[in-house]
Amino acid sequence: MEFLGSLFAAYSVIWIGIFLYLLRLTRRTRQVEDEIEVLRKQAVGPR
Amino acid sequence: MRLQNVCDRWLPWAAGCGMIIALYCIFLVAPTERDQGIVQRIFYFHVSSAWTAFIAFGTVAFTSGCYLWSGKERYDQVAQSAAEVGVLFCSFVLITGPIWAKPIWGTYWQWDPRLTQTLILWTIYVSYLMLRAFGGRDDLVRRWAAVLGIFGVIGIPIIIVSVRLLPGIHPAVLMTKEGTSGLPDPRMRLALYVTAFAFLLVFTWMVHLRTRLQRVADRIAMMQADLRAG
Repeated sequence: MEFLGSLFAAYSVIWIGIFLYLLRLTRRTRQVEDEIEVLRKQAVGPR
Repeated sequence: MRLQNVCDRWLPWAAGCGMIIALYCIFLVAPTERDQGIVQRIFYFHVSSAWTAFIAFGTVAFTSGCYLWSGKERYDQVAQSAAEVGVLFCSFVLITGPIWAKPIWGTYWQWDPRLTQTLILWTIYVSYLMLRAFGGRDDLVRRWAAVLGIFGVIGIPIIIVSVRLLPGIHPAVLMTKEGTSGLPDPRMRLALYVTAFAFLLVFTWMVHLRTRLQRVADRIAMMQADLRAG
């Protein structure tokens, strides 16, 4: 089982990379939803 | 059912199942390589990442060409999304390669033609993303980015042929310089193709999510501009 650490490191990089990218997309989606809410309020005006 | 609904519902499941099957093939079906041992299994994710990056940058070039030709924004949105995901997969190649190289070559990096070309390809598409990030939403920026997206793809055939035509230490994957297969065992080839397909599903899912997000963000920017204009 020589170089098991290298194998683990290489696979971890890819899994963590995919996870972080999907997390970033989720956060950005939430930001966009917030922006839509602000726009909706601006369009409707103060009640 | 619309294609978008099918993608929303089934792509995450298909990508997830594909990755699980790929891991099964890599660790339980493919045999351990005789000379390199267990570390050779990095190969399946490393090469699949490279192929996915090539497909991503090919998508950038194709959709950028369509954008320049038609001027339709949706092509530009797909190009931007594919470039982002392509840079992610190309980064995987540039990180997993040295991790694999250290125990086999004894060094993390060599200025081998294929390695150097891959680094150049990565920098071209990072430049593309920087241009998009800092250039704003101007039409001229989109057009210049499209030209850069098309120009960058020239690097892919150079990377593919460089391993055969130029002297270097990077091995050929499917066919060696002597014309024999780089993967003699059919179970190794099966594991590679299954992993590549799983990566393709992950790529498609990511680009689908990113494009939809870009579409909404562009619409919001237009609405904000309209509101400011009164």
